[in-house]
Amino acid sequence: MDLSMKWLADYVDVDAPVKTFCSKMTMTGSKVEGYETEGSEISKVVVAKLLSVKPHENSDHLVVCQVDVGEENPVQIVTGAPNIREENVGDLVPAALNGSTLPGGIKIKNGKLRGVESNGMLCSLGELGLTVHDFPYAIADGIFILNEDDCGKKLYPGMDIKEAIGLNDTSVEFEITSNRADCLSVLGLAREAAATFDKPFNYKYPEYKGVCEDINKYLDIEIENSELCYRYIGGIVRNVKIGPSPLWMRERLRASGVRPINNLVDITNYVMLEYGQPMHAFDIRYIKDGKIRIRNAKEGETITTLDGVTRELSPEMPVIADAEKPVAVAGVMGGEYSGIMDDTTTVVFESACFHGASVRRTAKKLGMRTDASARFEKGLDANGTLPAILRAFELCELLGCGEPFDTLIDKNCNTKPQVTVPFDPEWTNAFLGTDIPAEDMINYLERIGFEVKDGTVYSPSFRIDIESKADIAEEIARFYGYDKIEGTIITGVANAKLTDKQHLEEKVERTCVAMGLSQINTFSFISPKYYDKICLPKDSKLRSGVVITNPLGEDTSVMRTTVIPSMMEVLARNYSLRNPAVSLFEIGNEYLPTEAGKLPNEPMRLAVGMYGDGVDFYDIKGTVEGLLDSLGLVDYEIEAAKPDCGFDEVSAFHPGRVAVAKIGEMPIAIFGELHPDVLENYGIGVKAYCAKVLIAELLDIDIPEKLYKPLPKYPATTRDVALICDDEIPVAALEKLIKGAVGSILEKVTLFDVYKGKQIEDGKKSCAFSISMRSHDGTLTDDQADAAMKRVVKALRTVDAQIR
Amino acid sequence: MKQQLQNIELMAKAELEKISDLAELENLRIKILGKKGELTAILKQMSALTAEERPVIGQLANKVRQDIEADIADKAAQLKAALAQKKLQAEKIDVTLPGKKPSVGKLHPINAVLNEVKEIFLGMGFDIAEGPEVEYDYYNFEALNLPPDHPARDTQDTFYVTDNVLLRTQTSGVQVHVMENKKPPIRIIAPGRVYRSDAVDATHSPIFHQIEALVVDKGITMADLVGTLDMLMKRLYGDDCKIRLRPHHFPFTEPSAEVDVLCFNCGGKGCSMCKGEGYVELLGAGMVHPKVLKNCGIDPEVYSGFAFGLGLERIVMRKYGINDMRLLYENDMRFLEQF
Repeated sequence: MDLSMKWLADYVDVDAPVKTFCSKMTMTGSKVEGYETEGSEISKVVVAKLLSVKPHENSDHLVVCQVDVGEENPVQIVTGAPNIREENVGDLVPAALNGSTLPGGIKIKNGKLRGVESNGMLCSLGELGLTVHDFPYAIADGIFILNEDDCGKKLYPGMDIKEAIGLNDTSVEFEITSNRADCLSVLGLAREAAATFDKPFNYKYPEYKGVCEDINKYLDIEIENSELCYRYIGGIVRNVKIGPSPLWMRERLRASGVRPINNLVDITNYVMLEYGQPMHAFDIRYIKDGKIRIRNAKEGETITTLDGVTRELSPEMPVIADAEKPVAVAGVMGGEYSGIMDDTTTVVFESACFHGASVRRTAKKLGMRTDASARFEKGLDANGTLPAILRAFELCELLGCGEPFDTLIDKNCNTKPQVTVPFDPEWTNAFLGTDIPAEDMINYLERIGFEVKDGTVYSPSFRIDIESKADIAEEIARFYGYDKIEGTIITGVANAKLTDKQHLEEKVERTCVAMGLSQINTFSFISPKYYDKICLPKDSKLRSGVVITNPLGEDTSVMRTTVIPSMMEVLARNYSLRNPAVSLFEIGNEYLPTEAGKLPNEPMRLAVGMYGDGVDFYDIKGTVEGLLDSLGLVDYEIEAAKPDCGFDEVSAFHPGRVAVAKIGEMPIAIFGELHPDVLENYGIGVKAYCAKVLIAELLDIDIPEKLYKPLPKYPATTRDVALICDDEIPVAALEKLIKGAVGSILEKVTLFDVYKGKQIEDGKKSCAFSISMRSHDGTLTDDQADAAMKRVVKALRTVDAQIR
Repeated sequence: MKQQLQNIELMAKAELEKISDLAELENLRIKILGKKGELTAILKQMSALTAEERPVIGQLANKVRQDIEADIADKAAQLKAALAQKKLQAEKIDVTLPGKKPSVGKLHPINAVLNEVKEIFLGMGFDIAEGPEVEYDYYNFEALNLPPDHPARDTQDTFYVTDNVLLRTQTSGVQVHVMENKKPPIRIIAPGRVYRSDAVDATHSPIFHQIEALVVDKGITMADLVGTLDMLMKRLYGDDCKIRLRPHHFPFTEPSAEVDVLCFNCGGKGCSMCKGEGYVELLGAGMVHPKVLKNCGIDPEVYSGFAFGLGLERIVMRKYGINDMRLLYENDMRFLEQF
C-alpha cells in the first residue's frame, strides 16, 4: 500500500518529519518498506514564459526561444520540439536551467546546439518522469505546455515546477499484513497514524445533496446467494460528464501508484484507496432490464473482462449478472462492455461486500489478482459499503461530473454481530509480563476505535481480526511499545537431552568428519530421470516416489527414494569443476511412499562418495567398516552384493566390485565402485565410489555395552599359514574357517598376502595369513599351538585349499 | 721410578691433547693402562723396591693411574659429545617443508551452525523435536490457525503432493505434533528442512532450514519471549548484540512480532546493508495463539506459551560472510574446505 502524505494530511496532522513518521509507524505495527518523494530527482526546473520563438540559423527543425524565468534577463534556450512555434509566445513551459537535474540522473548544462547558445532545456512530460495519464491535456512527444486552470493556482515565471504541477508529494510504502485489510486504505492508516502520534483523527462522514429520484424505477437488485455476498449497495448517477479528473485527484492517484483514467473511473479508485472499499461503476445501458443479480456463475458461462480477455466461469464463482449474462466477476473485475465509455450518461455505482474466500479462489483460478480482489479476499467490513458509496457521490458532486440520486438500493444480509471481549487488565499484564495501568490500556484502545465500558471491549466492525483477549493484548502492547517490554528469564525445571536417533546422527556425523569426509547438503527432491542415470531397473519400486504436483521444474519434481543420485550429482559437479579428489558424506532422508493419501516414511540415510588418485574399493569399504566399528557394531558381515541383495541401487555399481554389509539377515549398507555406465551418464572420467548406510535401521540393533577386558598376562604365539585355493573363494570365507578351527584361543587372523599370477595355476590364488593365539590361563605350549594349526589345515582342506 | 711415573703422566697428558677420535683414545688407554701397558710395566718393578719405598711409590702409582683414567674418561666424554653434536648437525632438516596432515573432513557450514544453535538451546533446557517434511495440510496450516483460503497462505508458496499432503513450508507444524503428544511444561526446538516454491537465486532456495522454538507452561509471558530471544542472540552473536521487537502478524501467534537485530555493519546508524533502517530483520516470534493451543488440546485459560522461528541459512550466511545462498547447496569442494 502506497500512502500519499498529502492525502494523509486530510485526516491527521502528524507534524513529524517523514523519517520519524516511518519509524514510529513501523514500531506500532504498520511496517514501512520505504518512502519516495516525488520529483526528488528534479532540481532547478522552473516555470518559464515563452517571450519569443525564432528560427535557428543552421537548422530547419530547431527553434531559438527567449524565455522569462523570473530573472532580470531572459534566457535563450534552443528546442527541437514540434509543438513550440511562434504562436506559442506567452505560453508557460517547464525549463531546466543550467545545472539542473532531471529523473534518470540527467544533468543539464549550458551549451551550444548547431552553433547557437542554449542555456537550458524546455521539458516534455517524459523528461519530468510523467505521462499523459498524469496530464491528459498535454502531448507525449512535445514540450509540456502548462495549463494554469488545471494547476488550480496562479503560475509565474521562475516558480519551481514541482510546486506548479503538484509534483511534491511523498509516497510511503507500507507492508500491510493479511489480517489488516482495513489498513489497505488512507483512512485506516490515518487512524493508525493518529493513534501512534496521539493526534486527533479528523474523519468526516461523507454527505451529498443528490437529485430527487426513485432508484427502484431503474434498478432491481437481488442477492441470490447470500453466502457469496453479505451486502450489495447500488446507486445511480445521471447526466454524467466524462472527462479528466482535477489535478489534485490525479496527483493522489499517481502517488498511490494508480493510473488516472477519467473522472468516473478515478472516483471509484479514489474511494477504494481512501476507504479501502472496492467500487465498481457500470454503464446502465449495458445492464439488461436494469436487473442486477448476485449469483453463482452457470456452467459454460463466459465473460470478457475489462482487460479484453474472455474467461470461462465455473459454478463456484460469484458473478454480477443482469437479466441475461454475467457483467462482472464479483470482487475481481468488471466485464468489458459494462464499464464507463466516453458516451456514458448514466452510471450505476456498486459498493458491495463479497465472501473473501470465494473471491480469492475465483481470482486465483482465473489468474487475475486485482487491487479489488486483494482487498476482498482478506475479508472486508460489510458496514464499510455505505460510507464508501456516499463518498463516491460526494466526490461526483465535488467534481461536478454527474447527479447522484438521493435514493439507494441496499441489500444487506450481513449478520455478523459486534465482537466483544472482556476487558481484563490484570490478565493482560500477566500475559505480557508488564505493568501497564488500566487507564493507559483504555486510552490505547480508544485511539484506534475500540470502546471500553462496563468491563467489556467493543471492537469496531472494521477490525475483523479481533476475537480474543490475546488480540486485545496485542493492541495494547503495540501502543505501549513492544520495545518497552523488559525481558525475563523463563524458570522451571529444564531437563533436556538428545534422543537416541539424535545421538546416533551426531556420532555418524563426527565419525565421518574424523575419517576425512566432508559434509554436503543436497536438495531432497530430484528429477525422475536421475533413476535412469543410476541405471535403476525399470521395475524398481524406488521409481515410484512422492510426486510434487506443482514443482519448479522436472529436476526438482519427485522426493528422492534413494540418496545415491544426490551424491552422484555432487561428485559429477566437483569432477566438472576439476576438483582432483573429494571424499564426501551426507546425512539425509529418503522419502519412501506408504499408502495412498498417507505420509511417506522418511528414514535417515548416510551417503558417502569419493574419487581421486589412489582411491579404490577398499577405501570405501574401509570407510563403511570404520563407521560401523565406531558405532560399536560388532556382528556385521560383508559379502559380495547380488542383484537381490535388498538394495535396488546395486545396479549403479560395478557388478564385481560391490558389497553389502549385513547384520544377521538384515542388509545395512551397500558400497562399491560405480558402474562405468553410471560414471559415463554423469560425465565422470575417473573411477568413483559410493556407499549408502541405513542409519535409521541401526537404531533397532542392540549394540553391546562396552565392558573392560583384562589386559593379557601371557605372551601370544603366532603361526603363519599359506595356501593355494580357488580364486572364487572369498578371503572372508577362509578367515571364517580359520577362526572356527582355532577356537577360543584365537586372538586375531591377519591376511598378509594375496597373490595371483606366475607359478600359480589359472583360476587359483595364493593367500597367507598370520594367526595370533593367546590364552588367558597361561603361556600356550607348542603342542597346543600345533594342535590348533592342525585343525586349521583340516578345515581349509574342506574347501580344497592346498597348504604350502 | 717416581720419575718414570711422572713421565708417564706427562706423556699421557701430551698424547691426549693430540687425540681426535675414540679409537685412538682406546689405543692410548691400552698403551698405558693395558696389561702390557707402560704403567703396568712400571708397577711390575715394584717388587724391587724397599719396604719403605713401596707404599710411597704405590700410592703415587695409584694416583697416576687414577688421574690418567679420569683424563681418558673426560676425553672420551668430550669426543662422544662432539660426535653426537656432529650427527645432530648432519641430521638437520628444513622445518618449513609441508607437514603431513591427517585427513580430517569438514562439517557443512549449515550443520556446523545448526550444531552450535542446538547446543545453545540444550543448555537452556530445550529438547530437540522432529516432524515429517512431507506433511498433512492440517499440521502445516490448519492447526496453526491457517484454514483453507486464508490469505496468509499466499505468503508461503507451497509444493503440494495431493490436496491434503504437502511439503512443509515451515517447521511450525512440529509444535502441533509436540503439543498433541506431550503435556506442558514444553520446551523444544524443531530444526529442519522446509520447502517453498521459490526459484533458486542468490537469496532464495526452494529448500532451506528453519529452527522453531516453543515454550508452553503456566505463566509464560511475552517478557519471557523477549528475555529468551535476547539470551539466544547474545550467545549467537556476542554480548553487544541488540534486538528489537516490533508488531507483526502471524496467524499462529498473538501478539506477534518480527525481531530485528541492530545492524552488524553500521551499528544502527543506517547503511546499505540495513537499507538505512539501522536494524536487520531476523526472525518471527509471538505468543502461541489461543486457537492453536486449543487445537492441540491445551487449555489457553491455564497455559500460555511463546514460539519463534528462525532461518538457519540467514545466520550461516551472516556468520561466514557468504553472499550467495546457492553456494550452500552446490557442495563445491573448494567451498566446503573453507570451514
